[in-house]
Amino acid sequence: MQKYSIFNLVKNALSNHQNWDLAWKDPTPKKEYDVVIIGGGGHGLATAYYLAKEHNITNVAIIEKGWIGGGNVGRNTTIIRSNYMHDDNALFSEFGMDLWRKMSQDLNYNVMFSPRGIINLAHSDAQMNVYARRGNSMRLNGIDAVLLNREQVREIIPMADFSENVRFPIFGGLMQPSAGTARHDAVAWGYARQADSMGVDIIQNCEVIGFDVSGGKINGVRTSRGDIKAKKIGLCVAGSTNILAEKLNMTLPIETHLLQACVSEPVKPVLDGVVTFGAGHFYISQSDKGEMVMGGDLDGYNSYAQRGNLPTLQHVLTEGIAMMPFLSKLKMLRTWGGIMDMSMDGSPIIDKTHIEGLYLNCGWCYGGFKATPASGWTFAHTIAQDRVHELNSGYSLNRFNTGHLLDEKGLGTKTWIS
Amino acid sequence: MLYIKCPHCGMRSQNEFSYGGDASVKRPELNKEVSDQDWDNFVYNRKSLRGKHWELWQHISGCRQWIKVERDTATHEIFRTLKADEEISL
Ligand SMILES: Cc1cc2nc3c(=O)[nH]c(=O)nc-3n(C[C@H](O)[C@H](O)[C@H](O)COP(=O)(O)OP(=O)(O)OC[C@H]3O[C@@H](n4cnc5c(N)ncnc54)[C@H](O)[C@@H]3O)c2cc1C
Ligand SMILES: [Zn+2]
Repeated sequence: MQKYSIFNLVKNALSNHQNWDLAWKDPTPKKEYDVVIIGGGGHGLATAYYLAKEHNITNVAIIEKGWIGGGNVGRNTTIIRSNYMHDDNALFSEFGMDLWRKMSQDLNYNVMFSPRGIINLAHSDAQMNVYARRGNSMRLNGIDAVLLNREQVREIIPMADFSENVRFPIFGGLMQPSAGTARHDAVAWGYARQADSMGVDIIQNCEVIGFDVSGGKINGVRTSRGDIKAKKIGLCVAGSTNILAEKLNMTLPIETHLLQACVSEPVKPVLDGVVTFGAGHFYISQSDKGEMVMGGDLDGYNSYAQRGNLPTLQHVLTEGIAMMPFLSKLKMLRTWGGIMDMSMDGSPIIDKTHIEGLYLNCGWCYGGFKATPASGWTFAHTIAQDRVHELNSGYSLNRFNTGHLLDEKGLGTKTWIS
Repeated sequence: MLYIKCPHCGMRSQNEFSYGGDASVKRPELNKEVSDQDWDNFVYNRKSLRGKHWELWQHISGCRQWIKVERDTATHEIFRTLKADEEISL
């Protein structure tokens, strides 16, 4: 594989950039692989990469029904953070933060990881207390957290509404300075390019339409391009999990819902971090191109539509304008949606299943982009060793049965309001 | 914008309703032996079908009644609505 470097850039400039290697190949599927990963999103691609890199398993195929990066990995608002309270979530996410910090070097691909900090705003004394508790829990787990008062928040985001007569005055906020954003496409492409270079077959335009299961064991998948055999299969299909689970006669603690996001026209730099509204569900950051990147609530009913509905967007942007009134002057450039695998406690599942050789990676809700490296790393371990790693042992499928839920927000099973 | 025909009030915009999830889920019967699996299926496990889906909505800014709605989860087309106590006939 050609290394991306300043020297190669200069060298290729001399031939008008006509001689770069393809970043990944377009192989025809083989009859059999050691491991098949279904879904070429961030998690599938990262899993294949870590299977090859950490476990020397390279006879691997990624099977993607569309094009890699066409799912949620290319649709999210790229927020990366580890501001969790429960140990399982905190330790898993913080392990991921470490992988994020090294990712561009590790993949020889600039994923533009930008630890610009996240501030969760508080709008009451009670909320300040909750954030103090969360911040303390984070610090006990070695994660950076700073409780900001109103004046400290005002210094960082003077464009927020600090006037006296607002419905939800800003009391302060909880900041994780090491949180940030990254270029989502680059993450998918960076993992794909490295996985390909180590021998992984990336097979696009190939839909998994069924499974070959016999005697409680998985033997392979049926695809739109023929049958493919494998003794180990990993499911990484995010918002399509319920569809494939049905083909396996499994009913999972997951519902599929739609999440929208939008960007404004580009403007000059005004916001250098990520900010979330604490009296509703709205978050915002500014992209390197200058667009304000915004999102919030789910559309609120089961959906596979991958496109949104206006009432939710209107609701979300109303919250945004309450928080930062200048937003009302911006024109909207684009809106889009993705389908989310909402789990019943808001935490993911990375586990083995009752079918031998079938592994499950799902339930990412709207927080799976930040989890991409840690999810790939732990899922690769789970598949290669046929046992979960300590880091993902809390993300078991049977926790719903045993009562060991990881309900970070304490919202219960109404996935559409979380 | 979805338009939902409330069996009590007629056609109204989605803004008047709130969602209540899969209407086909049944609470295990009271005073009977209930296995853990039955409870799991009631509380947590969902088919979340792609296509026709019976679901509960409440006409929260209208008559406040719960209703059942048959909606396509891929196209958002609404086929039928029923009162809460009317049985779904498949
Ligand atoms: C609007 C929006 C904003 C978000 N914001 C954030 C955020 O700020 N921070 C954050 O951490 N997370 C965020 N998320 C969530 C995050 O994007 C997802 O949790 C994460 O990307 C899911 O993992 P993935 O990348 O592997 O999924 P995907 O990219 O969706 O990958 C799944 C792949 O499986 C493929 N597939 C499905 N069915 C089949 C089949 N039968 N055969 C073959 N292939 C199949 C799909 O085509 C798809 O490419 C957001 C999501 C959305 C939609
Ligand atoms: Zn009504």
